[in-house]
Amino acid sequence: MFMKTSGRNLIGALAAAMLFAAAPISGIGIAGASEANTVVMKNFDFSPMSLTVKAGTSVTWQNMDGEPHTVTSVDGLFRSGALDQNDKYTFKFAKPGTYKYLCSIHPRMMAAIIVK
Amino acid sequence: MSSETEIDTSRRSALKCLAFGGAGTLFMLSGGVLAPLDLAMAASKRTASAMSGIPLFLQISDTHIGFNKEANPDVAGTLKQTIDLINAMPVKPALAIHTGDITHLSKPQEFDAAAQLMSGLNIGELHTVPGEHDVTDGIGTEYFSRFGKASANKGYYSFDHSGVHFVALVNVMNFKPNGLGGFGDAQLGWLEQDLKGRSSSTPIVVFAHMPMWTIYEPWGWGTGDADQATSYLKRFGSVTVLNGHIHQIVQKVEGNITFHTARSTAYPQPTAGVGPGPGPLKVASDQLPKMLGITSVKVLAHPLSASLTDTTLG
Repeated sequence: MFMKTSGRNLIGALAAAMLFAAAPISGIGIAGASEANTVVMKNFDFSPMSLTVKAGTSVTWQNMDGEPHTVTSVDGLFRSGALDQNDKYTFKFAKPGTYKYLCSIHPRMMAAIIVK
Repeated sequence: MSSETEIDTSRRSALKCLAFGGAGTLFMLSGGVLAPLDLAMAASKRTASAMSGIPLFLQISDTHIGFNKEANPDVAGTLKQTIDLINAMPVKPALAIHTGDITHLSKPQEFDAAAQLMSGLNIGELHTVPGEHDVTDGIGTEYFSRFGKASANKGYYSFDHSGVHFVALVNVMNFKPNGLGGFGDAQLGWLEQDLKGRSSSTPIVVFAHMPMWTIYEPWGWGTGDADQATSYLKRFGSVTVLNGHIHQIVQKVEGNITFHTARSTAYPQPTAGVGPGPGPLKVASDQLPKMLGITSVKVLAHPLSASLTDTTLG
């Protein structure tokens, strides 16, 4: 359902991700497989809405919808421009931090990349 | 909420409008009540001359040049049909406004193709505002290099024509956290100054891409800080607010302010909340021309009123 993109759920997801990352468990938090560094846009949602990667990782987005989407960071750091169906965009995250972004065409689509 | 009732009323009007099908519908505003009339009747020369005034301007919206999916593989063709329809009007308006989403993906070649098509329009002046599809490349790029001159690259501006004050606003570059469009404080401050000192008897036409009232928040069909803008507009005797974005007609009247969204010339979208999101709606090909079209607007000074006419391609 569309309500998945509500801000409250996003904050919940971020909080959960941060708690998880802060837990003293090694070897689980950051997956090594390449698809783990991929975010898809499908049915007007980013999936996953929160992705945790190591500093220096390149994250790739792909739009699966017939409607274009964008990957537009809230603080202006990265901006994909319009991605049509199946188009991809890649950005390399050099420094640790929480990078919130949205689709500037459908701004209820909000998500974040957490770089450790 | 009373506003919901009003929106429901406007939806009924829109449904009536669709029910008239290819003939289209003329909305006359009389005593605050919207009365749909059969456009086929209104379009006959005798009836048209019986009604005082000629259309001052017309509104084109959501041309989405560059879109090529199954909901309409030929958006250039339907824009061309729209332009032919306008050029065949017996009395042409002085101005045209485009309420955004000129292109689908903000690409230079899409803007070039749109400019090429729009140059076929036999109307002297074209005024534009950007849609979110036109500015995916950010501030100061393709849209602004082509249309930014009117506003010193701000995107919002105003002008006067035939005693009517036109205000062009941008609500696709300052999104609110809930996904609604937004004007931002700088633009609202400019609007307040722009309207200050104007006589309340000046007819006002405001145009912006996203609806300036909340039609459906989960899809971002509204403008988060629109109340601030309408508070500056309330004192005027006739205010017409024209938007696009939702590819279908929804209308609301609040005091002296008439809010109206135009059809797209490219493809329809679902009614609010139907399906996963506000994407292109695939309809049977013989139905498509009945769901695409333009709006033309007459503004009468005595008595002060505006009337909107929606015309479909088929």
